[in-house]
Amino acid sequence: METEEVIIGLEIHVQLNRLQSKMFCGCSTAYHDSEPNTHTCPVCLGLPGSLPVLNRKAVEYGIKVGLALNCRIEEETLFYRKNYYYPDLPKGFQISQYDFPLATKGHIMILGDDGLERNIRINRAHMEEDPGRLVHAGTIDKAKYTMVDYNRCGMPLLEVVTEPDLHSPKEARAFLDKLKSILEYLEVFDGSLEGSMRVDANISLRGGDRTEVKNISGFKGVEKALSYEITRQRNIRRRNMTVVQETRHFDEIRNITVSIRSKVGAHDYRYFPECDLAPIRIAAWVPAIKDALPELPDAKRERFVRQYLMKDDHAKSLTSDIKVANFYEAVAACAEPRLAAVWIADVLKGELNYRNLGIDAFKVDDMAQIINLLSSAAITEDGAVEIIRAILDKKGGSPQEIVKARGLGRAEEDVVQKAVLEAVAENASAVADYRAGSERALNFIVGAVMKKTRGKADPGEVHRLVKAEVERI
Amino acid sequence: MLAQLRNRLESGSAEEYLSILFEKAERSRLNGFTTLAKESALESAREFDRKPWGGLMAGVPIAIKECISTSGIETNCSSRILQGYVPPFDAHVIERLKAEGAIVMGKTNMDEFAMGSSTETSCFGPTHNPWDLDCVPGGSSGGSAAVVAGGEAPAALGSDTGGSVRCPASFCGIVGLKPTYGLVSRFGLIAYANSLEQIGPLTQSVEDTALLMEIIAGHDWRDSTSAEMDRWSYLADLDKGVSGLKIGIPKEYFGEGVNKDVERAVWEAISTLEGLGASWQEVSLPHTRYALAAYYVIAMSEASSNLARFDGLRYGLRVGEDKDWHTTFSEIRAQGFGPEVKRRILLGTYALSAGYYGRYYLKALKVRTLIKEDFLHAFKDVDIVAGPTMPIPAFRIGERINDPLSLYLADVFTVPINLAGVPAISVPCGFAGRLPIGLQLIGRHFDEATVLRAAHAFETATSFHDARPEVV
Ligand SMILES: [Zn+2]
Repeated sequence: METEEVIIGLEIHVQLNRLQSKMFCGCSTAYHDSEPNTHTCPVCLGLPGSLPVLNRKAVEYGIKVGLALNCRIEEETLFYRKNYYYPDLPKGFQISQYDFPLATKGHIMILGDDGLERNIRINRAHMEEDPGRLVHAGTIDKAKYTMVDYNRCGMPLLEVVTEPDLHSPKEARAFLDKLKSILEYLEVFDGSLEGSMRVDANISLRGGDRTEVKNISGFKGVEKALSYEITRQRNIRRRNMTVVQETRHFDEIRNITVSIRSKVGAHDYRYFPECDLAPIRIAAWVPAIKDALPELPDAKRERFVRQYLMKDDHAKSLTSDIKVANFYEAVAACAEPRLAAVWIADVLKGELNYRNLGIDAFKVDDMAQIINLLSSAAITEDGAVEIIRAILDKKGGSPQEIVKARGLGRAEEDVVQKAVLEAVAENASAVADYRAGSERALNFIVGAVMKKTRGKADPGEVHRLVKAEVERI
Repeated sequence: MLAQLRNRLESGSAEEYLSILFEKAERSRLNGFTTLAKESALESAREFDRKPWGGLMAGVPIAIKECISTSGIETNCSSRILQGYVPPFDAHVIERLKAEGAIVMGKTNMDEFAMGSSTETSCFGPTHNPWDLDCVPGGSSGGSAAVVAGGEAPAALGSDTGGSVRCPASFCGIVGLKPTYGLVSRFGLIAYANSLEQIGPLTQSVEDTALLMEIIAGHDWRDSTSAEMDRWSYLADLDKGVSGLKIGIPKEYFGEGVNKDVERAVWEAISTLEGLGASWQEVSLPHTRYALAAYYVIAMSEASSNLARFDGLRYGLRVGEDKDWHTTFSEIRAQGFGPEVKRRILLGTYALSAGYYGRYYLKALKVRTLIKEDFLHAFKDVDIVAGPTMPIPAFRIGERINDPLSLYLADVFTVPINLAGVPAISVPCGFAGRLPIGLQLIGRHFDEATVLRAAHAFETATSFHDARPEVV
């Protein structure tokens, strides 16, 4: 059976959590480790008579993101009220944007499933305030009551809306990875904080109605929710039924999506302008913000290839996370850049991932030393891997100390030469086999040499020496 | 007047004066006060008597409308849904008054959430007009106007969304000013229609209004619509007269629907101003007839959203325990809001709904622009515009409450001012029988000084404001 084309659009709610204060009041944004309802004031609690005061820095951050997503920035932007009732919404409306959002019509590149770079169009990016958070006593079905924590209420959010340009859960994931990377480059976002990025996904099969899966947190969650939805919609189609256009919820525990029964007419938000906030002319802000934009992932990747002569794959791997990119450049400043690229992209990142660690778990100095030891041939590649592991597992001090303590220093040349002579003499049958045409026989002798030098010799070098010796005699 | 009272209190006893007011208020038949802050106010007065402090309102008590937040004193908009709500902060205007030495003596009755022009929709029952207890005091700041006119408070603050300061000032024979939108911070004012309303003084004289404006006007960063401009002395120019002042008389403000006594009194007032050296000419405000419709669409739309926060979850009325939130919210709102508030929330919700937004709300905004342009156009030729504040004198309690439309129609000359955002004052200019009539003087944006100067000149030349009702 032919598989239908999958069409996915995303709405991503990004907390601009690198800001100091909330969107419309002076409350601190650092609420994550605090008691419930301790980061509140009359404004974010929506007390009668309170009025919002715009955090201009939040708008500046929004413009930054808009520009980085190649969007058009409106000359003048304004806020709207989105009216609906919910216990986590203390004013009975959310201050959001509607017409004239901050940024429209942008695009970013991702790696498509076909292995080619592809442009994903951004419909718009607009600002809004985060609602509070409901906390259930026990599980949602069994809780006798629900509590509300307004600490999150009024957190500055940026909602990024894509066009339906994504065609698989993997592409959706690639888009989110890229977006996160850009946001962290811009220093407006810290993805490590809980609930900092939440996704609504619209998904359909070509020719069918779409469903919306709401409020998925975590990139893995998005992939799983979308995969489940595709299977579900395909099965419906196979049974010659039609997909109902509806809103669904992703159940993280069961890894399925479930229908949220929506009330009739529940979606009329009665948007109208928020008159407590004047429209803001932002056109004049743009040039300065544009000038101050940092180098973004794609540009950095190109520069890495150009400047350090590394492979594009390595450049991509090193630039996806700004911290890794900065780490690399610091190492490359005092060690051989191409070697550093290979070792950081191919080895260090893998070892870090395996241990669930970030790049900050490794010191630039240590990495630079390791690269320098490698390029001066003072250690072998195996030795370098062992040093990296020892450091990450906190078994040993500096690379030099580890080399000394474990005897990882590469064997002296005459020691190697002596071992080669011995091994060739001791393995006459292998020498005979090699002469009879078996290349593999040589490996046996190389192995013997490595044994004698306790692995400190460079296998490539030993191979060369053994071959020369065997051919000489 | 306030300045003289201040001087008297400095050498006399603020406690004694305040006690007399409280006694009067307690046996009053006006139902003007909702809360008397006896304990805190008398405590302040005693402190003042021990060690008098300075300030433009040093030791002077003031009454505050129920919708203006007062820290530690219940603020409930005369609505059941907010009963028991004690704000943890003062409104900007209260901070300013306290900084100038004033003492908040209590809160005054109003139409529930300021929705009305008669103070009949309050959950505390209607306030009575001191000139005739069977009549309404006007609204929605009816309590503030009644206590000032009835001598229970030397001055009061009200709020004006579509005439809510000027209408009761007119009906009760006192002075009331609606400042330019943005001149007085709305921080702490519980919103009815936030794009239209301003806090304004209700006083026995123009000078007192000028004095209160000196205190409450000025920029406040907590209100983003608050204008950033230099502070202005309203008292300094007060005596400069009206010689050479050009007054515009809008033809749309006279004629059909205007009570004959009102029309006569207003024309006499214009003649008085002419006698003082002003000149007048007819002007046209052609979009006046659309003002009411536009006003009610905008005000109700905004109200439907502004009042959404009253769900009983965090403060205010609490009923319907142990039910799901949806049911609880609904029950609280069903029991907490009165019929007029419900009517306006429903109409406003309707006007903002998908499919109707363009037909009602956006159209109303267009009308609003046209009305503003009408005024800007008129102010090219004249310095102020004059007309009646209300087309009629105070009506009887209960007479119109079941006919909302006739009530809405009474706002015909006050709402255009809020739509345009310009300042306007109502000063007493005569009587229809024993009921006062108000003259409305409208000025350019932020030109309160001229409005106050003209009103003061008129007041000085006449004696209407000296008349006091004989209430017991
Ligand atoms: Zn806050």
